[in-house]
Amino acid sequence: MQRTLRKFFPLFVLPTLIAFVIVFLIPFLMGIYLSFTEFTTVTDSQWVGLKNYITAFTANKEFVNALWFTVKFAVVSVVSINVIGFAMASLLTRGIRGTNLFRTVLFMPNLIGGIVLGWIWQMIFNGILYHYEMTLTFNASFGFWGLVILMNWQMIGYMMIIYIAGIQSIPTELYDAAAVDGANGWQRLTNVTLPMCMPSITICTFLTLTNSFKLFDQNLALTAGAPSKKTTMLALDIFNTFYGRVGFEGVGQAKAVVFFVLVAGIAFVQLWLTRRKEVNQ
Amino acid sequence: MSASSITRRRSRNSWLLTILMTVICLAFLAPILIVLMNSFKGKLFISTAPFDFPSSEAGTFVGWSNYTEGVRLTGFFQAFGYSLFITVFSVGFIVLLTAMTGWFLARVENKVTRAIYLLLVFSMVVPFQMVMFTMSKLANILHLDNPVGIIFVYVGFGAGLSTFMFTGFARYVPREIEEAACIDGCGPVRTFFSVVFPVLKPTAITVAILNAMWIWNDYLLPYLLLGSTYKTIPIAVQYLKGGYGSVDMGAMMAVLVLSIVPIIIFYLACQKYIIRGVIAGAVKG
Repeated sequence: MQRTLRKFFPLFVLPTLIAFVIVFLIPFLMGIYLSFTEFTTVTDSQWVGLKNYITAFTANKEFVNALWFTVKFAVVSVVSINVIGFAMASLLTRGIRGTNLFRTVLFMPNLIGGIVLGWIWQMIFNGILYHYEMTLTFNASFGFWGLVILMNWQMIGYMMIIYIAGIQSIPTELYDAAAVDGANGWQRLTNVTLPMCMPSITICTFLTLTNSFKLFDQNLALTAGAPSKKTTMLALDIFNTFYGRVGFEGVGQAKAVVFFVLVAGIAFVQLWLTRRKEVNQ
Repeated sequence: MSASSITRRRSRNSWLLTILMTVICLAFLAPILIVLMNSFKGKLFISTAPFDFPSSEAGTFVGWSNYTEGVRLTGFFQAFGYSLFITVFSVGFIVLLTAMTGWFLARVENKVTRAIYLLLVFSMVVPFQMVMFTMSKLANILHLDNPVGIIFVYVGFGAGLSTFMFTGFARYVPREIEEAACIDGCGPVRTFFSVVFPVLKPTAITVAILNAMWIWNDYLLPYLLLGSTYKTIPIAVQYLKGGYGSVDMGAMMAVLVLSIVPIIIFYLACQKYIIRGVIAGAVKG
């Protein structure tokens, strides 16, 4: 079977592979090369070494600011989304009335796209701030907390669904044993539920962390970086560098490479740390 | 303490929880309900009194005029058509092609297939901004910057996660059934379509749902390739902002409602598959 199947490589693999190579692999390799060059249309590149990387960090504070804003945003939203999502999951695994309906409602915002979400919340935040004669773009911290609330609203239901699956797969004997040992509610949570949910926690922190770092649509629709680029996140800053100013394409590509290394690095470190915890349990 | 008093206390607790969750769910729904309410309100009142009901007496109720204006400004129904066309065909091709690739990679093991598999997995951690500029230039050169060409682009970007999921699942499919089909005289193509693909169906549904959610809501890729010539729904929404000046919030509210309604209908119709698919997708990813 394997031997005959091997001859069918052109039919089974080639269509996917061609699309993948043209759309992802070639642009990826070109991107790495071009980050060391100066260019405007990708065919007129000139080697400049590390100049673009130095410019990205030193020409102005925008990239560094975006980096800090993104890191702060990711930390706050990863913690809040996972704590609230887990709390909702533990409330919805007690067999109360209406569990299915509640689950349906809480998950729904996740299906709405980032641009639409951004405009919904822009209207609401501006409506609240109007009473205090301010707008969302009045102060950078409004934009920050606005994004945090938006992201919570979008992701809590998603994480809750994964935590529910995790909690439901815990064998009830463990709780019976804990009850025999006289464990109270808090002890049951910290000694049974949380350790047994480590695989779900790994997945959820991974998803929230990478999604927070890569956030673009919501950022664009909610504040578009205002006031004066103080609420610009990394992805939006890279976009603005590419398409905002002619002659900065190389710098944009250098920023994109830094962004890629950062996201990939965080993903691997996070998976390694929480997976190690899983083995220990 | 008697047994009945324990159950009574427990059921009272469970009622309190139900009430608590009802309040939380209403808070979750509030943003969407506020948008719906404001879509019938004059555009000036949306910023000054966004939490009041539209009323005819105060002159804040404007009927369907926001909807007609929003549809006119954005070309909403055309955008809906483009979104539907691109999503349906991209998802169809992704499911078909990556199912074939995934099965092949699970069955034929050599250096080439292992390298392809690792490259596909690697692509999942690369953010879109990394390839955004070079990919869109290449797509312009190859004339992929139209609603048909973008389907090819989506197959390339969807290949990573989708093939990964199919390969993962195909490894658990027993080889005996394929060998039985082989003995009965089926070639690999017939074996795949009549024996393997039906077994892969649960994964195919998961892959279809994950890709549909992503492609339907995607903004940046269609914006770069199609611009405002062929607006998809997210582009149409953002297009209302225009270059300068203020946004017509009345039209915006109406367009937001029109974009949310199809998603809610689809969600309520296929809820079971969507939730199961999201869990399966997360566990694999």
